[in-house]
Amino acid sequence: MDVDSGLARRLPPPPQSEEETSVEVQRRNLLVVLVNAQNEILLQDQQGVVVYANENDLEGGGGRSAMKDVIKSFVLNEANNPSLPQLIEEDFGAPIGIVPVTSNHVISIQNDATTRYSAYIAVQNEVVRAYNELREEGSRKYFGTSYEELTEDQKNQINKLYPQRISEAEPKNYGGE
Amino acid sequence: MGKFNKSGKKEMPALNTASMPDLVFAILFFFMVTTTMRSETLMVQMKLPTASEVQKLEKKSLVTYINIGPPMDANLGTGTQMQLNDRFAQVEDIQNYIAQEKASMNEADQPLMTVSIKADENTRMQYITDVKQALRQAYALKISYSARQGEN
Repeated sequence: MDVDSGLARRLPPPPQSEEETSVEVQRRNLLVVLVNAQNEILLQDQQGVVVYANENDLEGGGGRSAMKDVIKSFVLNEANNPSLPQLIEEDFGAPIGIVPVTSNHVISIQNDATTRYSAYIAVQNEVVRAYNELREEGSRKYFGTSYEELTEDQKNQINKLYPQRISEAEPKNYGGE
Repeated sequence: MGKFNKSGKKEMPALNTASMPDLVFAILFFFMVTTTMRSETLMVQMKLPTASEVQKLEKKSLVTYINIGPPMDANLGTGTQMQLNDRFAQVEDIQNYIAQEKASMNEADQPLMTVSIKADENTRMQYITDVKQALRQAYALKISYSARQGEN
């Protein structure tokens, strides 16, 4: 039987009132991923901007790191860099204990009206890949096995440690074609 | 001798039906093996994008499909169309469609409903965004961007 597969995502509920519900996010906690009408991909956080020419260029090269590595270092902020997301200490229960995490970070994926769907999916995929690798690393570090072999409870612990905080913004028109 | 009785009429011997059940079962099994469950016939062409991190959508009964792509029938042009069930539809029809699908579900399963967006890779994001907004309005918040497993 053919089984459908895809990238699962959760949409925010519809806005309750007419006025737009927006959430204030500190600038340092925000990573904007923009896929424009030419299918170029821009990653922008407070550290600077990384540009990829198209969906096949996400591996980086030429002095730029791969997109997933940019995302991983953004989510981790291992060096407690003030222009990367804020680290907050949280208790995740044994055996993880109290560790500082960037629990307020947001990755905002934005697109243009004429962006190609495949470029958008490639970007989504790359973000999910970054999270999956973080979870895999966390699982090896704290439980000594791969993420796949964890029990449901352990998986939930790891998922709480690295929650997918992805926002799919409302469309904006950045100078069409 | 009664053994050679020539006075009786010649009777046709009864047809041996012992093998009939075998034949019937053979045919039955043939149909069982060759029949596929009818899924909706696609009226739009789509080449799904590839992604490496896809997850399988389990529990088929909880999944509702939205197909997006250029129509198969070349007479209908090459513009992006959307197919819900067996007919073309507009973005405005999504809310009704979702409500209908939800109503046909078990009440306990309704919050678990997943909408799988199967869109052609060349679709413009404007269309997808409109669909996403309509799904939000319909409170179908669990979605899945359908993609083929592959290296990116």
